[in-house]
Amino acid sequence: MDFRVDIFIEALTNPALHQGVKETILLTIAAMIFGLALGLVVALMRDHSSRFLRGTAWIYVWFFRGVPTLVLLLIVWTGLPQVFPSLSERWFSQFFAASIALSLNEAAYASEIFRGGLLAVDEGQRVAARALGLAPRKVFSKVVLPQVLRVTIPPLSNDLITMLKLTSLAAFISLRELLANTRTVVAGNFRSMEYYLAAAVFYLVMVSILMIVQAWIERRFRWTSQRSQSQTTRDRLVKSLAPIR
Amino acid sequence: MSGPKIGHLLDEQLLHEKVAAAASTAEFVLEAREVHKRYGGTEVLRGVTFGVHRGDVKAILGPSGSGKSTLLRCLALLEPLDAGEVRLDGRRIGVKEGSGGRVTPLPERILARERSNIGMVFQRFNLFPHLTALGNVMLGLVEVRGRNKAQAHEIASQMLERVGLEERKGFYPSELSGGQQQRVAIARALVMNPKVMLFDEPTSALDPELVGEVLAVMEELAREGMTMVVVTHEMEFARRAADRVLMMDGGVVVEEGSPDDIFLRPQNERTKRFVEALA
Repeated sequence: MDFRVDIFIEALTNPALHQGVKETILLTIAAMIFGLALGLVVALMRDHSSRFLRGTAWIYVWFFRGVPTLVLLLIVWTGLPQVFPSLSERWFSQFFAASIALSLNEAAYASEIFRGGLLAVDEGQRVAARALGLAPRKVFSKVVLPQVLRVTIPPLSNDLITMLKLTSLAAFISLRELLANTRTVVAGNFRSMEYYLAAAVFYLVMVSILMIVQAWIERRFRWTSQRSQSQTTRDRLVKSLAPIR
Repeated sequence: MSGPKIGHLLDEQLLHEKVAAAASTAEFVLEAREVHKRYGGTEVLRGVTFGVHRGDVKAILGPSGSGKSTLLRCLALLEPLDAGEVRLDGRRIGVKEGSGGRVTPLPERILARERSNIGMVFQRFNLFPHLTALGNVMLGLVEVRGRNKAQAHEIASQMLERVGLEERKGFYPSELSGGQQQRVAIARALVMNPKVMLFDEPTSALDPELVGEVLAVMEELAREGMTMVVVTHEMEFARRAADRVLMMDGGVVVEEGSPDDIFLRPQNERTKRFVEALA
């Protein structure tokens, strides 16, 4: 059997892989922020009174959910600069292109989740907020949105984990994230098992961190006065790492 | 069960208003004139006219589907009218009167400001589940009245004390009984210092043993001079607390009178049958 623990450990401490992890995290955060923001907008458009906005949102979801993420990535990175030469400039980096492609893709999924959350908020909540005299923006931000977030956190977390793993597709456009850097090293030393296993470990660690963050946020949205009750950090960690539903 | 204590709800401002009202008698605080409202093909309100004097309690009876709840929603500016008008302190609300008598509905942002002068309590409480009892009462003070958090905290705490829930202020709605939730909902509306309070069947969703504590709060409010419009099936409450009782059926007011008129000497055939069924 050819598996060398020392090379596996070397892989885990390889600076190129660490650099890749950093890039993967940055890409995930960028795509998460823009994807969720755009997803919320699309979700609001889906049930808007304007027929045009509803139609646009429907087409958006249909398109960006239907096109494979990798195809989208290649369209943004190689297709767009061909059509719009100004995109060949330096600022249009792989990171930028990958962020856009992943955000557009993530928004399509997130919008459906947000939409479900919006429909789940009892109509009486909006009515009560309006009756109190809250302006439309505040009805949404102070009353509706917190309740939407509560029900959407579990499915959104699931979705964000998928998105984190999809960042590995950016290796195809030579973005130096975790997978691309691992492949580069393997191309030189041919230690596939040790290095790809190390990459797997790094992905697992990142996903685990997302799960811990999810558990922490879910606790904040539990809405009981018993929140601060005697749950130790260890209890919480064990609970958050329990297999998902 | 310790009954809720409301204490001195009549703050100086309310007292002042009451004196002013006594001077100019027969002024309606809230008034509906020929209010029409239709949903799709059905006309739910077919010309409702009535008014409430300052400090009066008006109870509205009627079978389900008679338009009571729709009327309250129109009075609270939650639904635009198809025809007719709503006046608060004599001033027409909910619309902008342009030159030449043309009326246009106000934008939602302006409507919101007008709504804050009208308190509304719902059958199903509709407390905000993500906020504590205190948070529910504070929200309007902070987000509508522009109070800072410390002031709002102070005022909201006092209001919860008045409905007998000061020791529950840190609890979330899911941790409160139906009666407690409805009392928080009353405090949430009351803290805005509204000119009138509207109640839409406030005890209909409650277990029978919890009805009393909510009615006690409402009767105390009535005694302290709050102007109230109460859609209710609680005949006892209407007899004890209401100054006038109004019977609705088929989207119109079919009879109006003192509680004794309506409950003991109903004139209208529909009222007679309804009152008999309630008793």
